[in-house]
Amino acid sequence: MGGYTYNELGAIFAMQGFAGISLFSVLLLMALGLAIIFGQMGVINMAHGEFMAVGAYTTYFLSTLTETYFPGFMPYYFLFAIVLAFFVAGALGYFAEYALIRHLYKRPLDTLLATWGLSLIMQQTFRSVFGAREVSPGLPDWLLGSYQPTEMIDIPLNGMFVLALTGLVTFGVFYLMFKSSWGLHVRATTQNRLMSGAVGINTKKVDRYTFALGCGIAGIAGAAFTTIASTGPTTGTLYIVDTFMVVVFGGAASLLGTIASAFSIAQAQSILEFFISGSMAKVFTLLTLVIILMFKPEGLFASKVRR
Amino acid sequence: MNSMITKGLPSIKLPALKKALSIAAIASACSMALGLSSTVAMAEVNTTGLAVTDTEVTVGILHSLTGTMAISETGAQEAEKLAIKQINESGGILGRQIKIIQEDGASDWPTFAEKSKKLLVKDKVAAVFGAWTSASRKAVLPVFEKENGLLYYPTFYEGLEQSKNVIYTGQEATQQILDGLNWVAKEKKAKTFYLIGSDYIWPRTSMKIARKHIENVLGGKVVGEEYKPLGNTQFGSVINKIRLKKPDVIYAAVVGGSNVAWFKQLKAAGITADKQTLLTISVTEDEVLGIGGENLEGFYSIMKYFQSQDNENNKAFVAAFKEMWGDDSVIGDVTQAAYLGPWLWKAAVEKAGSFDVDKVVAASEEGDIELTTAPEGYVKLHPNHHLWSKARVGKWNKDGQATVVYTSELIEPDPFPAGYQ
Repeated sequence: MGGYTYNELGAIFAMQGFAGISLFSVLLLMALGLAIIFGQMGVINMAHGEFMAVGAYTTYFLSTLTETYFPGFMPYYFLFAIVLAFFVAGALGYFAEYALIRHLYKRPLDTLLATWGLSLIMQQTFRSVFGAREVSPGLPDWLLGSYQPTEMIDIPLNGMFVLALTGLVTFGVFYLMFKSSWGLHVRATTQNRLMSGAVGINTKKVDRYTFALGCGIAGIAGAAFTTIASTGPTTGTLYIVDTFMVVVFGGAASLLGTIASAFSIAQAQSILEFFISGSMAKVFTLLTLVIILMFKPEGLFASKVRR
Repeated sequence: MNSMITKGLPSIKLPALKKALSIAAIASACSMALGLSSTVAMAEVNTTGLAVTDTEVTVGILHSLTGTMAISETGAQEAEKLAIKQINESGGILGRQIKIIQEDGASDWPTFAEKSKKLLVKDKVAAVFGAWTSASRKAVLPVFEKENGLLYYPTFYEGLEQSKNVIYTGQEATQQILDGLNWVAKEKKAKTFYLIGSDYIWPRTSMKIARKHIENVLGGKVVGEEYKPLGNTQFGSVINKIRLKKPDVIYAAVVGGSNVAWFKQLKAAGITADKQTLLTISVTEDEVLGIGGENLEGFYSIMKYFQSQDNENNKAFVAAFKEMWGDDSVIGDVTQAAYLGPWLWKAAVEKAGSFDVDKVVAASEEGDIELTTAPEGYVKLHPNHHLWSKARVGKWNKDGQATVVYTSELIEPDPFPAGYQ
């Protein structure tokens, strides 16, 4: 086989498999927050990437703080950063819904413009507060380097971490949405807002918390991605296209669809990338997506929303 | 001083008026001597209606202060302001203080064109220091050529260009690429190369030159060539490909946010300097801030300038830069090249004795303008509008600074390299 031993090929196969799974977890984590906001509320949140950046900057801020005042705490700060990122981004989302989004529920296309404006405001705020240069938080040692089950296989630790985190967040979202009474309210509001109101659900409050939850999860994603890439004022724009791609392809209102879509896009992308060049792999992935969406305009999993 | 003053006055021929006029001449000479010290009158040094008065000359700075490119362009405009401040403190140019009009290109190429037109047509600036990406340079180029402006462009770039209206203070492709490859082939006995870059004109042109040099001159082999879309942050598959090909050297030109992801993921995949030689043409001290020194430790960059360079010019430059822009600031290759712009312009204007663009360009094209005070050491302006400069290989340390491990001879700029296109 081209001068390679079976051991080597096996090792590459294992690592390539992990690369695909790792990309899947990244895409899923990006898309989960948006799937909640877009899927459950029908709001096209163009500022989703910026809420991720909020999470990333929170992590950076905490890491600088820890490095300066409590250097001994460095190995552990990252876990707290993730929790803090969730709450900071969530609180901002809560405020954004209160100040901006709730006035636009009846004008869905205007929310697109308004949230895009919001994203520009947030970008410029990042630039003014943290500077135009990209930053990277100092990472604890246990997140750097790779795990070597055998001599030839290197599995990136940060990839494993993101994978575990994605699993946890996905599980959490499913539990909230399908097992808690709050989730019941959210789903009821999605299906029939008038009726939900009639049976005593405060739909405005549900909206606000749903939006905050979506933004909070974006914050978690942002914090997790500081282990993979850097953070700059415009970092969010790097992610927004992929995020929408995953959500739209999966079928807007279906969380299961989001998972399936993230998985298929990630696998297609990483397998193609291995055999052809990066840019062409992206072209083929997008082409396939366009063709599938032509035949299934609702996405992989059709929406069950009653209009 | 006296000769300069008389040069600025009309000679007087009519005998009847001689006495009266000579009194006036003396009076005006006195007032000039008192008020303006050694300046030449405006009409003499500026025949094309530029924004030059007897005490001031206006220049433009045109970089992105907002948008994606603000990250990279901040350092450049800081260096240009430092140079202009230093020139003003040492007496200005032809006795005139330099006034700056700054415009924001906003990382948007049409905006660059529009703002450059504003600077040239409305503000009538004598020179512009600016542009960073090749895309922004290509956008402003027609404006500078039509309005006959003068642009000092600081970034290392792909070459294949030479405009009358542009002075390129960064290195063109051959000045950066060839010596680096020679060095790695000799020092690391490298035979096989894996080329990876972002997908746009600069990496692609650079890799084309690199491939020709590797195959035709070094007798080596390119085992892989890969371009990733700008902004891509996933390198898992490429890293596995590289592992499979086992190249002696990874030769990289990844830029922007991708750059950070690329090095973080290399490290996470266990590809570190003790196992793999990596040479990059797209990492300066500026990028290291985002990437983190620990992810780069032991890898090599090929540039013409590193902040750690040990010479008197550079020590003074670094100290002045930090004094003006803060102790935390770092200085990358392009920042240093941007710093050269105002000084090269000053030298050319003084040589021409005029701010007129045609005269300044003509003076620049004589090929004898040199800066012995350049932080990178010594540079000389070639008639082809590019600089003679040295290539340097730096090995990155954990603290984000590089140790210079190789310095070339002075390399002649060759924007249209024969046999490499």
